[in-house]
Amino acid sequence: MIGRLAGLLRRDLGLLLLGGRRGGAMLPVLFFLAVAMLFPFAVGPDADLLRRTGGGVIWIAALLAAILPLDRLVEPDIELGFFDQWALRGISEEWVIAVRMVAHWLSFGPPLMLAALPASALLGLDGTTLRTVELGLLAGTPGLAALGIIVAAITTGLRGGAALAGLLVIPLAVPLLVFGAGSLASAGESGLALTGAVSLVLLAIAPFAAGAAIRAARG
Amino acid sequence: MQECRIAAHEIACRRGERVLFRGLSLALHPGDALHVKGANGIGKSSLIRILAGLLPPFAGDVRRTGPVGLIDERPALDPHLPLGRALAFWQRMDGPADSEIARLGLSHLLDVPVRYLSTGQRKRAAFARLLGQAAPIWLLDEPLNGLDADAARLGEDLVGEHCAQGGICIIASHQPFELKGMGRLELSGFAS
Repeated sequence: MIGRLAGLLRRDLGLLLLGGRRGGAMLPVLFFLAVAMLFPFAVGPDADLLRRTGGGVIWIAALLAAILPLDRLVEPDIELGFFDQWALRGISEEWVIAVRMVAHWLSFGPPLMLAALPASALLGLDGTTLRTVELGLLAGTPGLAALGIIVAAITTGLRGGAALAGLLVIPLAVPLLVFGAGSLASAGESGLALTGAVSLVLLAIAPFAAGAAIRAARG
Repeated sequence: MQECRIAAHEIACRRGERVLFRGLSLALHPGDALHVKGANGIGKSSLIRILAGLLPPFAGDVRRTGPVGLIDERPALDPHLPLGRALAFWQRMDGPADSEIARLGLSHLLDVPVRYLSTGQRKRAAFARLLGQAAPIWLLDEPLNGLDADAARLGEDLVGEHCAQGGICIIASHQPFELKGMGRLELSGFAS
């Protein structure tokens, strides 16, 4: 079983990280940087304002960037018959989703954390804020990955599923955003801890919720 | 070959509001082959999916002993990957078994991305995947679709060899399928 899961992870990383299907990992990162770059143009070069709002902007940009790859997370593999073939081999949807969640996070979490460095420079964030942003992203992006997988699995097979998935993720990501971005303003460490807690809950639910959704879509 | 058996008891299939067939029972033992025939839309593919355990029957139950290999209209191969690497993924899942690449006429196509392959070539690749799985029960949904005359004969031969080795094969197809000693099932007899 371990060998099979390793094989799954290898394929998923090839698809998501190295850009096998459309775009790959660079697209969310470029999107993220574009948002961070446009923000100062939109609100003007007020350094104080940028410093105060910059962390929140990075969070919004991260959320939007996490939505980009949703349409290629689950749906193509259902259409190509992969999930059926896995089921016949006794590889449950839950395992496939758990592995894919890891691959999905690796494809956008660490790249976004790296991209947050130039983004924070564009927004004029100081060292302490940058540290909180990075820790917050580390705690929050796994939750965003789990949420993305759940929503991608639920909306699979629906007409306009990709747009709907993006629309569904945004309200569900509010707790992550409140605690994650909130840790910048006041809550500090406790905000980070709560972001991590929300992430853990989502990570625990995701394989079962997404697995059930995929099985239901089969009928 | 592994111990295998498949039996369905009084199964019915409903798609949407319509019951496609009901009261269908079958039992196959090692070495048996069955050709399920019927017009388009009568429920051949649904029957295959029910037998594979991918679709719950509306009524009745299915019992299987032994792993199932399935060919349907979706080859489950990554379209952007060269055929060799797409098949290698399933080899990692299934372990080393001979996929008869040369016999299926795929040797010169291993470098070609799957999306550039023709329907028939993809079907042959699906046969390679199936052979590599080494499952005793084969469920084939329209396995000859898109295959030329030679390849269709090869498909029939492969099924014959599989059954001779003690495997089970159920083929759902509106096309003729030539195999000695093969059972036939006319699905329209169970339509409701």
